[in-house]
Amino acid sequence: MNTSSSTATPSRLPAAKRKHPLLRNLPAKLAATPMIATALVVFIGCSVWSVVYSFTSSRSLPKEKFVGLKQYDRLFGSSRWTESIENIAIYGICALVFSLLVGFLLAVALDQKIRFENTFRTIFLYPFALSFIVTGLVWQWILNPDFGIQQIIRDIGFSGFEFNLLASREYSVYALVIAGLWQGTGFVMALMLAGLRGIDQDIWKAARVDGIPAWRTYLFIVIPMMRPVFITTLVIIASGIVKVYDLVVALTDGGPGISSEMPAKYVYDYMFGRANLGQALAASTVMLSTVLIILIPWAYLEFRQKRDGDHA
Amino acid sequence: MHSVEPTGRKPRRVLSTRNIILYGFLIVAALYWLLPLYVMIVTSLKGMPEIRLGNVFSPPVEVTFAPWVKAWDSACTGLYCEGLKVGFWNSVQILIPSVIVSIAIASVNGYALSFWRFKGSEFFFTVLLFGAFIPYQIMIYPLVIILRELHLFSTLWAVIIVHTIFGMPILTLLFRNYFASVPAELFKAARVDGAGFWRIFLQIMLPMSLPIFVVAIILQVTGIWNDFLFGVIYAGTRNFPMTVQLNNIVNSSQGVKEYNVNMAATLLTGLLPLVVYFISGKLFVRGIAAGAVKG
Repeated sequence: MNTSSSTATPSRLPAAKRKHPLLRNLPAKLAATPMIATALVVFIGCSVWSVVYSFTSSRSLPKEKFVGLKQYDRLFGSSRWTESIENIAIYGICALVFSLLVGFLLAVALDQKIRFENTFRTIFLYPFALSFIVTGLVWQWILNPDFGIQQIIRDIGFSGFEFNLLASREYSVYALVIAGLWQGTGFVMALMLAGLRGIDQDIWKAARVDGIPAWRTYLFIVIPMMRPVFITTLVIIASGIVKVYDLVVALTDGGPGISSEMPAKYVYDYMFGRANLGQALAASTVMLSTVLIILIPWAYLEFRQKRDGDHA
Repeated sequence: MHSVEPTGRKPRRVLSTRNIILYGFLIVAALYWLLPLYVMIVTSLKGMPEIRLGNVFSPPVEVTFAPWVKAWDSACTGLYCEGLKVGFWNSVQILIPSVIVSIAIASVNGYALSFWRFKGSEFFFTVLLFGAFIPYQIMIYPLVIILRELHLFSTLWAVIIVHTIFGMPILTLLFRNYFASVPAELFKAARVDGAGFWRIFLQIMLPMSLPIFVVAIILQVTGIWNDFLFGVIYAGTRNFPMTVQLNNIVNSSQGVKEYNVNMAATLLTGLLPLVVYFISGKLFVRGIAAGAVKG
């Protein structure tokens, strides 16, 4: 997010200076029209439109009847929305903690000059190539109470064993966590591994000379040095968590009851299923605000870093 | 064999505690990650009676490819029973133009942002990057209206445009960063020789940026193939991509659940990205590291 372009002159040729400012660099401007349109019309325009119409009582079609914060009152009074918020909090915290922890541990393990490094990396990363729909459907099958993990443990002899996440109102969201981690942890590992490889190897020599054990070197030297990698990974995972939708549709479809609903699904269902546009837009505005709360401090930090140094 | 004094460091023992823990951890993790793939394959090769008798892990006693044939050719989605092949061809029709259009536009963006900055170009780029993180949900409905006004809603073009829009942030970033590493002297020399915007792009930049195009293609092929949300909203029932059809086949509540057909269908849908992944290897990692924000 480098916006410090004051050094870049609009045009590099003196001859161009004689032209009208708008005509300067014309081919570039024309070529960038799709980008400008996307930025202005879609990313800014559509977002603003949605925020504005979240204050209206639009049902199946948008209409300009403003009702203040009524949609938001209804939203936070709805048990389905509060359930969605709780679920995304549980899902988000579990996904963040475990994918960072396991992803980092896997990266450290792969960084030990081990054999078959490529094979292991390929194995950990392949789910990331698969869609959330595929991920959700596989785990739906593995977690199937009659044939999946529960039945296998019962077959071994523990006949009272209960592991039926998909039918449990209390734990269905953890099925999403398990599937989500399977899909995404390899990616965290790949980012972490790149971060580890980017660390100056002399640090290791210095630590060894000083007799510092490896785990302490990781904990007190390497991890602090990898702060930018961790922050970037964090932002990426977090923005992925906010968007989680396909996985829910494929794995639990929000059920049983509303026990595994998520905000993105709330928006979709109210927008297209229940023809309650105002509600959907209010919900999506809340999602947008959440993302901006995460994003702006990060962008600020990133921007400051890049202004001080070169590209990270 | 006569004894020679060993030189260098003492070789590490293969079965040291450290190695046991290290490889133990990696192998256990690898098993967890491979398990679903194994379960998919095994289930898709079993007949239904065998599935009812066993569990998800038991290997097939009698291997049958009938579930694969049924998944491809005649599985029911709740609307019709023509199998996944409909979705497959829809996905192909969405994929090819989307990949071409999105990459063509984004590469020109990246090139313009690196060499032909104009007033405001960095502002648009910043907005674009923010767009990569904004939840799609906030932009979905106004886009429906725009596309409806253009008479494109519920057509293949609607999905192609939407993929181009939402692929743009990350692809533009990818190309911009790549072109930023191209020496400015090269560009200046071409300018002095009188080459213009398009000529420099087509004759100088394009030929030297093939690797980044490959990365972009990998990124877009897997991303677009795996998309569900845009397909279900913008494509219209007749053009549903494979992921949507797959979900309809597996999660349609009517009739007896045929788990073997479901798993064959799931594998079929995952096949293309998996093949891309296994072939591309390190390039895939590069692509996702750059395309990470797509989430």
